[in-house]
Amino acid sequence: MRKFTTTLGALLVMAASSTLADGHKVKVGMITTLSGGGSGLGIDVRDGFMLAVKGNKNISVITKDDQRKPDIAVQLADKMIQSDKVDVLTGIIWSNLAMAVVPATVNQGKFYLSPNAGPSKLAGKGCHKNYFNVAWQNDNLHEAAGGYANSAGFKNSFILAPNYPAGKDALTGYKRFFKGKLAGEIYTKLGQKDYAAEIAQIRASGADSVFFFLPGGMGIGFMKQFSQSGIKLPIVGPAFSFDQGILKAVGDAALGVKNTSQWSKDIDNAANKKFVSDFKSEYGRLPSLYASQGYDTGKLLISAMSKAKIKDMDKFRNALRKADFSSTRGKFSFDKNHHPIQDIYVREVIKEGKTLTNKIVSVGLKDHSNAYVSDCKM
Amino acid sequence: MTLILFFEQLLNGIQFGTMLFLMSSGLTLIFGVMGLINLAHGSFYMIGAFSAALIAALTESFWLALLASLAGAAIAGVLIEIIIIRRLYRRDHLDQVLATFALILLLSEGVRWCFGAFPLYLNIPNILNGTVPIFDNIIYSKYRLFIIFMGFLIALGLYILITKTRLGIRIRAGQNDRQMISALGVDISKLYTIVFAIGASLAGLAGAMIGAIQSVEVGMGEPILILAFVVIVIGGIGSIKGALVGSILVGVTDTIGRIFLPELLKVFMEPSNATSVGSSIGSMLIYILMALILIIKPSGLFGKS
Repeated sequence: MRKFTTTLGALLVMAASSTLADGHKVKVGMITTLSGGGSGLGIDVRDGFMLAVKGNKNISVITKDDQRKPDIAVQLADKMIQSDKVDVLTGIIWSNLAMAVVPATVNQGKFYLSPNAGPSKLAGKGCHKNYFNVAWQNDNLHEAAGGYANSAGFKNSFILAPNYPAGKDALTGYKRFFKGKLAGEIYTKLGQKDYAAEIAQIRASGADSVFFFLPGGMGIGFMKQFSQSGIKLPIVGPAFSFDQGILKAVGDAALGVKNTSQWSKDIDNAANKKFVSDFKSEYGRLPSLYASQGYDTGKLLISAMSKAKIKDMDKFRNALRKADFSSTRGKFSFDKNHHPIQDIYVREVIKEGKTLTNKIVSVGLKDHSNAYVSDCKM
Repeated sequence: MTLILFFEQLLNGIQFGTMLFLMSSGLTLIFGVMGLINLAHGSFYMIGAFSAALIAALTESFWLALLASLAGAAIAGVLIEIIIIRRLYRRDHLDQVLATFALILLLSEGVRWCFGAFPLYLNIPNILNGTVPIFDNIIYSKYRLFIIFMGFLIALGLYILITKTRLGIRIRAGQNDRQMISALGVDISKLYTIVFAIGASLAGLAGAMIGAIQSVEVGMGEPILILAFVVIVIGGIGSIKGALVGSILVGVTDTIGRIFLPELLKVFMEPSNATSVGSSIGSMLIYILMALILIIKPSGLFGKS
């Protein structure tokens, strides 16, 4: 498989260098998680991105697997920048990997378009003119969850998240909007699958609600074990534990749970309808929010390419900043620190026939930006 | 912190430990008898879970799925032993590590080709869903009690197998002197295949039982594998008794540590810092435990020095 991708990469290099004279070509390096735990997320981002750029002859993409390891992501980025001479990097899922790769990349004069990770450091003091986040600032969905908790009348929440940058951003985000008290706060191990001990703490804490951020396989374990524990507290969380790739594995334990997301497959606009039906016919499954983020990243890139050549970096950057593309999310623009201003929805897990999926219940936060704009000197 | 909560967390630790025992007993058995370091042991955990998920989806029976996990992992174990592992016994440990690491990559990729990258669904049977009250006011998950029960049942089964049966005598003889028992006319290569299959099927069973409350996905075996190695180093390599004691020790230390350390730090630290620092130290505790035990007993608790 690896050999296959390298050969494919080499072919793409040859194809690209033969027509290098044309300044409209853009070479994209995609570093994402394609194997091991959490690979479902990377595969969705890649598939969404590839769907967006499908048939576009001016874009060539080199895709590499970071195995969710920061050191490997750094090596891949160095190789892509130095020997493959890519113009744009994208694809990273995890915030700890993004922190390792993004600063070096943008300092070497390359663009980085984030289709997922949005750590607070890169939105505030560490912001950079060549870094654009097309998904969200990490805190965003959690802030909406905190807002929802207020409107649902929760007064005493138990909150938990993994002990890594995005986990800390998650709890900070929830606390920023939630007005009640905290019954308890736990950081779990990244990659932890068993939550017996944490669930026992929740039971003993006297909380009236639970907020959790446990992306990927971590959330599957938590939801199943929580529903088996017989604790009847309402749960709220970001969409990451309730996305399309995971719901099947969680099963009915997820039914009725409220979760917050900037995207849902039932957002009513033409771009989203086309995306959902194209994705289904191309890959034979329903898209997740990760896929929509990959897709929007691809569409953003194409929109900038139609306005400017990549070699003219200032002009290209301005074109990116305008975000002149029809997003699957409807209204979409960039704030001053190059992070999205967008609506965040509250969704509920429902059953459509035999398939578990989400539907929008309400708009959680309208035209929401992030708390770090003023820290960003750009 | 009430006593009830402490007791419940203790049970959680024991449950985690019994699951580790299923993994580490196979690992230590294989090392003890064949002298093989098998990094691919976590892959059998994964194969067991996927076999179970497949059968559960087809038949909707959890019990058939458990049998399938045993059978699936055992069949995979026999095939892999005959095709690959058999060539490694005479090689040194570095070659074994390299070859079995390659096996991890091959098996993970193979499973992904067959089942895709998204997690599969496997759930516990209705009869074990929910909780039971133990003593007066401890509410505990039925399924976790079932895991503890199965763990001790298998420990007992292994004890009988090793001490009371003909196969057990051969396994012990193999641990002591490989050349002598083949000189005595025991078919050593068949014995190795059987031992390897037993180890693999125990890992597979663990994968299915844990997969039902966690997630069945590619790469699920590797984090457990690391802990299983910690367990056999603590318990003494090659000793089943050591694996049992080591598993419970690691399970309880990890669970109690990661919950009560942050609480303890809150006494003299700001709460959010205490949570963050406490959980970081909590995740190191088992390695600290391992280091301490190795300082006092360099060959592990029950290892032969």
